Amino acid sequence: MPAVAETLDTVKSVAESGYKWGFTTDIETEFAPKGLSEDIVRFISAKKKEPAWLLEWRLRAYRHWLTMAEPDWAAVRYPKIDYQDAYYFAAPKKRPSSLEEVDPALLKTYEKLGIPLKEQAWLAGVADSPDGEPRAPVAVDAVFDSVSVATTFRERLAKEGIIFCSISEAVQEHPELVQRWLGTVVPYGDNFFAALNSAVFTDGSFVYIPRGVRCPMELSTYFRINARSTGQFERTLIIAEEGSYVSYLEGCTAPQRDENQLHAAVVELVALDEATIKYSTVQNWYPGDEEGRGGIYNFVTKRALCKGRRSKVSWTQVETGSAITWKYPSCILQGDGSVGEFYSVALTTNRQQADTGTKMIHLGRDTRSTIVSKGISAGYGQNTYRGLVRIGPRAANARNFTQCDSLLIGDRCGAHTVPYIENRCMSARVEHEATTSRIAEDQLFYCRSRGLSEEDAVGLIVNGFAREVLKELPMEFAVEAQKLLAISLEGSVG
Amino acid sequence: MSAIAEAGLAGLLARADGQGPEAWAPARAAAAALLRAEGLPTRRVEAWKYTDLAPLAAAAFAPRGSSAEPAPPAPRAERRVVVADGVVRDAAGFARNRAAIPAPAATIAALNALLAEDGVLFDLEGDAGVVELLSLVSAGVSAHPRHRIRLGAGASLTLIESCRAGAGALHNPVFDIALGPGARLTHARIVEDDPAAFHLAAIHADVAEGAAYDAFTLHLGGRIARVEKHVVLAGTGASAHLNGAQLVSGPRVADITIALEHAAPGCASRQVVKTVLGAGARGVFQGRILVRPAAQKTDGYQMNQALLLAPDSEMDSKPQLEIYADDVKCSHGATVGALDPDALFFLRSRGIPEPEARQMLVDAFLREAVETIAEGPARAAVMAALEAARAA
Repeated sequence: MPAVAETLDTVKSVAESGYKWGFTTDIETEFAPKGLSEDIVRFISAKKKEPAWLLEWRLRAYRHWLTMAEPDWAAVRYPKIDYQDAYYFAAPKKRPSSLEEVDPALLKTYEKLGIPLKEQAWLAGVADSPDGEPRAPVAVDAVFDSVSVATTFRERLAKEGIIFCSISEAVQEHPELVQRWLGTVVPYGDNFFAALNSAVFTDGSFVYIPRGVRCPMELSTYFRINARSTGQFERTLIIAEEGSYVSYLEGCTAPQRDENQLHAAVVELVALDEATIKYSTVQNWYPGDEEGRGGIYNFVTKRALCKGRRSKVSWTQVETGSAITWKYPSCILQGDGSVGEFYSVALTTNRQQADTGTKMIHLGRDTRSTIVSKGISAGYGQNTYRGLVRIGPRAANARNFTQCDSLLIGDRCGAHTVPYIENRCMSARVEHEATTSRIAEDQLFYCRSRGLSEEDAVGLIVNGFAREVLKELPMEFAVEAQKLLAISLEGSVG
Repeated sequence: MSAIAEAGLAGLLARADGQGPEAWAPARAAAAALLRAEGLPTRRVEAWKYTDLAPLAAAAFAPRGSSAEPAPPAPRAERRVVVADGVVRDAAGFARNRAAIPAPAATIAALNALLAEDGVLFDLEGDAGVVELLSLVSAGVSAHPRHRIRLGAGASLTLIESCRAGAGALHNPVFDIALGPGARLTHARIVEDDPAAFHLAAIHADVAEGAAYDAFTLHLGGRIARVEKHVVLAGTGASAHLNGAQLVSGPRVADITIALEHAAPGCASRQVVKTVLGAGARGVFQGRILVRPAAQKTDGYQMNQALLLAPDSEMDSKPQLEIYADDVKCSHGATVGALDPDALFFLRSRGIPEPEARQMLVDAFLREAVETIAEGPARAAVMAALEAARAA
């Protein structure tokens, strides 16, 4: 299989490199003063020329956050975060008014990351992906530290009535939509990190797909933390009207630094009658070094409301980065016949910790959910699947199937499974299965007897283990994800 | 009836006047301190997320001897130990439990340590055969027997525990179990309490090299029936079967909570728990398997299944794996749903009326769990109790 061959090539080619996205970009950056206070919240809001209702909402969130305690139930350990010792706003100084004016240094950064921002070239079909294969166009919203620097293909999308822009632009241009939906799926008081995000979110993507429209291309946001001592707090809001379809991709990287940086994002999805949202993430924040110094704390709240009849939301995530991942993309299946899916690969190596999973809340009749989670632990990594399936008393004929598999590589790592199953409806059926095992000796032996090195064999087996999830990703993302898995496992064998 | 004025924990704490054996005093003091500091757990406490002790907190309990005893079941073994209202009435030749007990770490053990007065010591070598432990609790009384089982190297015992508590009683038995190398304990618990009784039991078992703890719990009643099994597989090649069946209906909660620790290499564990819930009933299963770094070659398996027979029955299940060793094989499965309509249709198409067909399917479902008990008097006793409950 070519994809696997490619993976193995990649493993060879990155023998010593480790994290190749760890470079920093020297770019003039404007910071808000360090620390967090009502003044900072007002500063961010003023900087973004926000309407009064949004500032009010932020302040309510901030005041609520002050009353909350940081959650401690996740199976992750980290020193206490000093919320006063970070910048809550960092933006490149030169604000471009069109793509041509984007700072070349910035363009170069995204080029290095393999993110196409030059849409003309893509439209003309001359630019190819780094591996030489022509690619379908993807509309990109690039978020650099606190602000969105560029969004491509906006005009083409506008023709279909699709709105794809940064959330700060949406606040200016489509305030009625933002005001109607912001905080409806994740209210500001939902949890500690969601409240923090609601108070200080700086940018993120906004997507609106009108009734009956099938989005003609993949939409993508690329998040990059660049500045030192900066937290990134983005907020994404996607609304799919009746009968519409959108596939949305999210990628993230950060420079290699020996301090921990906080990323506390909120993603809200709303699917109305018969709408479908496919949300794919390849999360590759800097994971810290072998000793566990540095790396991103990825504390994210993602939730979808399947509000309409037969609406569908599918979450797919490949989590290879971050020092700590704390995230549970969830679906509230409210509409009758709505469908929720969660496909996840989470890999922890070195000192990484991941506590991730999903919640499927079945409220409507005939709702269905599928959970497939693959956890891979290597080195000193700790990997926890934590999930909830709740069937409400009115969710007649609801169905859930959950499968959680964990793979252990090495004897110093940990793999944990904590599913919660709550069924209050007689006609509903819930099935859950989980396995934990290490890489099978016979599989390794077989590969090695065919001449593969141990490392190549492990790469092959891990990709096979994760295949069920990887196949849910859009094609290009799947290739990237396979490479990532192999690179992240580099050096963890033997 | 001379009921205690104060309800719930305050009433129980007020009664703790140091009646128990001298050697239990330190644990009693620790229990009082723990309960005073933490109170009865609410559902915000993770271990009690699904079982609400509010009805217990609202109940008041009388001292022993103040009301009539429930009728005992027909003997289930030739040798029968009788404990009434927490005090040993007939030790059937066994000694009283007087050795020091450990300071409690959790609610059920703390309630027991606070008020325990008596218990049986099963200190055995060789094959001790089959013994029935009958525990009767009078209506409205709280009883807290504390038993100890110590099996020497290669010893074996089959213990059939029959629990009968009257309306409004609190039955709170705790076992300290230590199995020596190669020892084998079959422990079948049959809980047939009044629908308005509380049953809060805890078992702490240490299983040494090559020893086997084969435990089964049958919950057939109780306003709240919860058993916690804290089992440590401490020696190479030890094994544990922590199985159970729960058959309840009405506004009741049946809860099997397991904390199983694989602390040594090459150990095996099996958990098969089946729950059948009628109108208004709630079933809880919490099963945790912890595999320590040293416990290579662990084989752990856990299956939890529940049938919901009524629109308002509810099952809450939390199977949990926590694994710190790599050469392990651990799996768990859980299903919750109604009776399979296809199976029901098949039986009816063979001329079996619906009520009988449903009963056959429920029986078959529970039987799968009961058959995990090794063939013998323990299995027969559980099966008979199940059939009696069904006929009632």
